[in-house]
Amino acid sequence: MRLITHNMLTCHVKNCEDPDKQFPLRFKDAKLEQIEAERNDEFLVRMLPRLDWAALLITANELNIALPEKVPAQPENDDAFLQALHTAILETHVQEGSMVCNGCGHEYKITKGIPNMLLAEHEI
Amino acid sequence: MKLKQLEGYLGEVAGFKDPKVQLEQYPTTAHLAARVLYTAETTYGDIEGRAVVDLGCGCGMLSVAAAMMGASSVVGVDVDSDALEIAQDNIDEFEVGEVVELIQANLCHASAGNASLALDQPLVSRMTAKFDTAILNPPFGTKPGNKGIDTLFLQAACAMATGAVYSLHKTSTREFLIKKAESWGFRCEVLAELKFDVPMMYKFHRKKSVDIEVDLLRLEPNNK
Repeated sequence: MRLITHNMLTCHVKNCEDPDKQFPLRFKDAKLEQIEAERNDEFLVRMLPRLDWAALLITANELNIALPEKVPAQPENDDAFLQALHTAILETHVQEGSMVCNGCGHEYKITKGIPNMLLAEHEI
Repeated sequence: MKLKQLEGYLGEVAGFKDPKVQLEQYPTTAHLAARVLYTAETTYGDIEGRAVVDLGCGCGMLSVAAAMMGASSVVGVDVDSDALEIAQDNIDEFEVGEVVELIQANLCHASAGNASLALDQPLVSRMTAKFDTAILNPPFGTKPGNKGIDTLFLQAACAMATGAVYSLHKTSTREFLIKKAESWGFRCEVLAELKFDVPMMYKFHRKKSVDIEVDLLRLEPNNK
């Protein structure tokens, strides 16, 4: 699972509704793998507004991944920024570990790169 | 890539080992997947360089096809571990792991009071508008407790994709879905009428195979 996708996963346990706590999910025992991918600047610039930047920063800090605090005014012209963004969201894969909700404590496991968002009946 | 080439490659995509009746696991054929993705890209430009989501990805046929047609990012979502395992094998075999990833999730659940299905709102909301294109061959809702699941999947797809949605639905639901699409702010076009030849995969099938009339729909937001 790449960070671009983690940025769109939230805790959805019944009654877990505090938006500041249920997202982003906090990584626990995360095993990372960097997998090189072809960079597509047009794609990056288009995806940029769809990212929750504040959440991405929290996550990048947790995982010790370099990411600029602020999005530049003209990201399409900022090669260093685009490279950092590309590496962070498209080349950083979390292969194992779990994602924990800071609100209700629920743990979503990640196995072979696939996050499991399934819930038990009483959690739905 | 040419259509015949794509179809040839997709012929190697592994299918379900033990398809589960309740989940309506029927494989999307290479023939169909090739045509959907080829049309989506060559006629509409909806795949190359795009973020694509495949809801109910099963063994990953549509996801792999999207990657082969140049999608920059593909996310396949399915509820079943066994299907996802096969999907991951396909992703590895076709070496599209740079582009395609998988999520195990249930998009729907029985809503408390009336046991009819509803979308998992928090889950879908966080994924809303994150993709350009959605491609799906959703369950048709023919199994007990699943009535309406096809509509819910289509609704989720329309929420998640800002550009276009390609989905397969029983022809008998066409008028209903066109109205639904309108209510969601989407126009809906029937791109093709197909016949699904559902082979005798399950013990209860009495005939060798059954033909179901299916529409390939393309939905686009009205404000596009």
